[in-house]
Amino acid sequence: MHHQYKLNGYNIVLDTCSGAVHLVDDVAYDIIGLYQDHTPEEITGIILEKYPDRADVTREDIAACIEDVTALKEHNQLFTPDTYEPIAGEYKNRSNVVKALCLHVAHTCNLNCSYCFASQGKYHGERALMTYEVGKQAIDFLVAHSGTRRNLEVDFFGGEPLMNWEVVKQLVAYARSIEQEKGKNFRFTLTTNGVLLDDEVTEFCNREMHNVVLSLDGRKEVHDRFRKDYAGRGSYDVVVPKFQRFVEKRGDKSYYIRGTFTHYNTDFTNDIFHMADLGFTELSMEPVVCDPSDPCALTREDLPVLYEQYEILAKEMLRRHREGRPFTFYHYILDLKNGPCIYKRITGCGSGTEYMAVTPWGELFPCHQFVGEQAYSLGNIWDGVTNTAVQEEFRSCNAYSRPECKDCWARLYCSGGCAANSFHATGSIKGVYEYGCELFKKRIECAIMLQAALSAEE
Amino acid sequence: MERIKTIETRNLCESVCSGGCGECQTSCQSACKTSCGVANQPCENQNRK
Repeated sequence: MHHQYKLNGYNIVLDTCSGAVHLVDDVAYDIIGLYQDHTPEEITGIILEKYPDRADVTREDIAACIEDVTALKEHNQLFTPDTYEPIAGEYKNRSNVVKALCLHVAHTCNLNCSYCFASQGKYHGERALMTYEVGKQAIDFLVAHSGTRRNLEVDFFGGEPLMNWEVVKQLVAYARSIEQEKGKNFRFTLTTNGVLLDDEVTEFCNREMHNVVLSLDGRKEVHDRFRKDYAGRGSYDVVVPKFQRFVEKRGDKSYYIRGTFTHYNTDFTNDIFHMADLGFTELSMEPVVCDPSDPCALTREDLPVLYEQYEILAKEMLRRHREGRPFTFYHYILDLKNGPCIYKRITGCGSGTEYMAVTPWGELFPCHQFVGEQAYSLGNIWDGVTNTAVQEEFRSCNAYSRPECKDCWARLYCSGGCAANSFHATGSIKGVYEYGCELFKKRIECAIMLQAALSAEE
Repeated sequence: MERIKTIETRNLCESVCSGGCGECQTSCQSACKTSCGVANQPCENQNRK
């Protein structure tokens, strides 16, 4: 299978199964489009008719191009058959390790964002803080189930994790104390709204946290629309200077300024550019996922607007890159040369198997987005996974488990997508969140254009 | 190839033999927390081809 599209003056051809990317001219673009359903003679006729006055489009030129396409096919760089399906399930079945936990250290929040999927940090339950003992047991659970995996990820999440900061620090210290003995390398991440960010937190995070995710929605009026405190005051003026100070001290360690856009700011590129203009360079902006009846939900009518926005974003990133003031957009990060292997691409998200979320009470859920969905409770950190039926359902999710993905060119870029998005959109983790697919495909097209353009300029 | 420029990419077919070490990130958890992509996650395999 292949996919071809035109964007920003580039004609791009993707070969789904080899991952090859080709930049082609108009003639080759048309020939590739015709190649599988037409004979060489038919292709030649169609091309000559389409380009009647071009000195460089002769029978010989067309024949040479058809030969080139054939060579690409023979070398598995175009129209490569999909032979991966048999190993998709096998790989995930073989792996029985846990390598990442999301610790919900605080089911409470000092902001009252109305669009919060976690219901102001409470996940539709009680407010609670994780104790050190629960957190320590979670880390022990992770180590005990991680097999020979060396890199283990622990995310401090909430609610707002800085509301339980002392426990976060104690848990980092505990994990570091057993790292060498257990042969592990912990990578910590903190996601914060920034309200409690101070010099002490900054210093600790810059020393210990592999990544820090800072929540900012963009322009002041956009950010303050949802991200308010309990008195109804917007948090932009409080958090932006803190984030700027934090990032200034961060050096070259990873961080993301991460926002959510909704139906109210479908011109979200202006929010991304605003973040960049504030001096931030590592940016992420996510479409809101919520009940379709919610006024902030993205609509079908928004889709063309969002497509255009993603194109504007890619073009502007290219422009700023050329001007020597680049920024990174999470969804446009594609390392075409050193990206994930085929196993990663067919296996997809490890939620429910390699990755789980832990509530303040030590209960296990397949991921942070399932916390509070009692039917998806997997067990707890003392007894392990006891709801094996649900875990098996997650284990069987891969790039081939949804019939809708079979004819999709993007399946090896998304691996079948997010189980939580599928669940929230369709009621089943094996469903397909079509709206998300449409946005995803557009983002990948833009990301590849961006990478191809940069590559072509090198 | 005059009309076709192939960008250098990792060959997924070849990674059937060299991949699968399992050391890479397993979900969106350390980043955006809502992403459904895997293509943007880095490979951790030091012996990749």
